[in-house]
Amino acid sequence: MDFRFTQEEEKFRQEIREFLKRELPPDWTGWPVLGEADTDEDWAFCRQMTRKLAERGWLAIGWPKEYGGQGASYIMQIILSEEINYHQSPGMDFMGIGMLGPALMAHGAEEQKRRYLPGIARAEVVWCQGFSEPNAGCDLASLQTRAVETDDCFIANGQKLWTSNAHRADWCFFLARTDPEAPKHKGISFLLVDLKTPGITIRPLVNIANGRSFNEVYFDEVRVPKENLVGQKNRGWQVAQTLLGHERSGIHRIASARRNADLLIEYARETGLGKDPLIKQKLVQLTIEGDIARLLAYRVGWLQTTGQAVEYEASMSRVYGAEYQQRVARVGMQILGLYGQLAKDSKWTKLYGKIEEDYLCSIGATLAAGTSEIQRNIIALRGLDLPRGN
Amino acid sequence: MDLGWNEEQEMLRKTARDFLAKECPPTLIRAVEEDDKGYSPELYKKMAELGWLGLVFPEKYGGGDGEFLDLVALLEEMGRYLVPDTFVSTVVPCGLPILSAGSEEQKQKLLPQIAAGKIILALALTEPSATYDPSGITVRAVAGKDDYIINGTKLFVPNAHIADYLLCAARTKETAKKEDGITLFLVESKSPGISCALLKTIASDRQCEVNFKDVRVPKKNIVGDLDKGWAVLSKALEQAAIAECTLMLGGAQQVLEMTVNYAKERIQFDRPIGSFQAIQHKCANMLIDIDGAKYITYQAAWKCSEGLDCTREVSMAKAWVSEAYQRVCIEAHQIHGGIGFTKEHDLQLYFRRAKKSELAFGDATFHRELVAQHLGL
Ligand SMILES: Cc1cc2nc3c(=O)[nH]c(=O)nc-3n(C[C@H](O)[C@H](O)[C@H](O)COP(=O)(O)OP(=O)(O)OC[C@H]3O[C@@H](n4cnc5c(N)ncnc54)[C@H](O)[C@@H]3O)c2cc1C
Repeated sequence: MDFRFTQEEEKFRQEIREFLKRELPPDWTGWPVLGEADTDEDWAFCRQMTRKLAERGWLAIGWPKEYGGQGASYIMQIILSEEINYHQSPGMDFMGIGMLGPALMAHGAEEQKRRYLPGIARAEVVWCQGFSEPNAGCDLASLQTRAVETDDCFIANGQKLWTSNAHRADWCFFLARTDPEAPKHKGISFLLVDLKTPGITIRPLVNIANGRSFNEVYFDEVRVPKENLVGQKNRGWQVAQTLLGHERSGIHRIASARRNADLLIEYARETGLGKDPLIKQKLVQLTIEGDIARLLAYRVGWLQTTGQAVEYEASMSRVYGAEYQQRVARVGMQILGLYGQLAKDSKWTKLYGKIEEDYLCSIGATLAAGTSEIQRNIIALRGLDLPRGN
Repeated sequence: MDLGWNEEQEMLRKTARDFLAKECPPTLIRAVEEDDKGYSPELYKKMAELGWLGLVFPEKYGGGDGEFLDLVALLEEMGRYLVPDTFVSTVVPCGLPILSAGSEEQKQKLLPQIAAGKIILALALTEPSATYDPSGITVRAVAGKDDYIINGTKLFVPNAHIADYLLCAARTKETAKKEDGITLFLVESKSPGISCALLKTIASDRQCEVNFKDVRVPKKNIVGDLDKGWAVLSKALEQAAIAECTLMLGGAQQVLEMTVNYAKERIQFDRPIGSFQAIQHKCANMLIDIDGAKYITYQAAWKCSEGLDCTREVSMAKAWVSEAYQRVCIEAHQIHGGIGFTKEHDLQLYFRRAKKSELAFGDATFHRELVAQHLGL
């Protein structure tokens, strides 16, 4: 047993901190986790950070060298994500690095890996995820978007919903039904499409925090080249499973929420609120829970790095982390009292309006990438081997 | 980073589990609850023969030269099987401080006997003020010519009724700083002036009220330095809190296992209740609590074992695990339905002890307060 990081890991963490100190503006107050860039200016800054991470070879540090990575351990990747998000900086490419990359490595043809992976690692191409639909949320396999195979391509028709960042992305990986007769998990294919392809319409939605983060994406007779099929036709479900497994390890929210907890403690110290025994107990509880969340996330990294199977552990880290994020925001609002309600641009706002912002944003934490209920189902079924319901 | 046990520790755990499954079944635990002694001398002797009692003592004191972490590996299994408290209460808050602060003579005299299972020790620390804070220590020890004379009452002293020695924390000097002026005395429990009364507790363990009336203790029985006992004690309390967390972790795992097995077997509405999502999610929450308890305990234990400063980690662990174990037991009871509410069912053995463990060596509120100090709150 050893809870220490290696020297190389510690050094890497230090380098990231120095990098952030250099690259973030001096008055940087941080963005919410998965910081949705509202304005063009924000988005430009976000891309700039991603490119800088790529230039240093950090963005895809855990990927094999031939695809633009450095072949480092999964722990290194977690460290990167933890530091970036603890400082609440943009720059991580969740969709490309965290999801599509690993799925392509596991299921893609060599040709596809060579074509798409380096573009992600070099921060040249921005991807989005077209899975959910109006009638396919948790029950993703009931999706209805159709893709019909013709001589030279698939023709896609249908609607995607909640597609984060589609309005800024270059490409979209998506799931479509290619065999409507087959059982629902067995008639789905995993496809890649350039969002400039004719027939694609993107309509932004506004979230409860006024962020323009997700979209409706409509496919109307969209021609997707055949070579953009990942894995076998009608076997897209397996690709999606790999991808979602990677989506769920989630140190990013934990790190960002721990930062908020630390800010609240600082605030309580400075204002004297921390003398109140009740507030003190609540803040300490957040600190302890933050430690637990972090340990559960690093466990996933340790399992992966040492080649052990990850069964339910990613779901646990995911659900605990998401609920932790919510608890920090909710306790934070209690502590800020009347000030908590002020938006970030008010002159009276406390902690840069972060807590109010995350109080709203964190509602999505237990929904996106598998709801808390779905994660608990996974823990019960895979972690404890409980029998399936009907 | 390595979050697992090494091979030897895995082996120790396996041996412990096999041994305890056979030698420490619930029937024994129930018998011990009814028995005046509150422990099983036969089991104790066997554990000594396995080298467990001296596991963390150096070889020259009859020990196994193990690390603290080895003991933790063992305790997790003991927690599963509810091994009566005498083991931990002798080895951890008494044996370890003697090892770290005792005189050579004390070590030579006591440690081999502890390792051999020949003597039982009890830490006489808490008083009617019922706190683990140094301010709670008011029992007085006044210097005579060659000895000290102790007066006062200790409360919640585990196993004092069968202990051969009490390790008694007494105030030898009044100062503004409550950590100062505390001295640890090794007191023979048969010394004149000591009287002991058993308390009836929720966990049916054996805790006592111990009264000291003009009890004379030779000066050479001071463990560590005069007036500086708190430094020794606070380290011992850290180790004891880790031990308690580990026992809870073991117990919680056993409770979850019992519960999941039951949820798979118990049929209602023509299906196992474990197929109902309401039950599944409770079980998932139990596992989240247990895995959280595991790594926060291991983190503290590892740091302590490495000799690193671990006060903050220990308090975080004790605060969290104490509450997590309660939650696990309460969900387990709900899932077991009426059968779990019977004395005949084993679940109650765990539920009652969970409360005792929560309170021992500082409850969650107490330890969060300590963490708050670390955070400058
Ligand atoms: C911020 C955010 C970003 C997102 N980004 C993307 C994206 O980029 N791409 C994309 O494809 N999707 C995205 N999503 C969609 C997300 O994956 C879905 O919201 C999620 O899968 C839940 O689906 P739903 O909203 O339709 O809820 P529903 O599936 O209708 O669920 C409603 C409620 O019922 C519960 N429920 C459903 N089934 C079960 C069950 N079997 N057992 C117990 N409870 C159940 C749910 O847990 C939930 O509480 C995003 C969502 C959010 C909030």
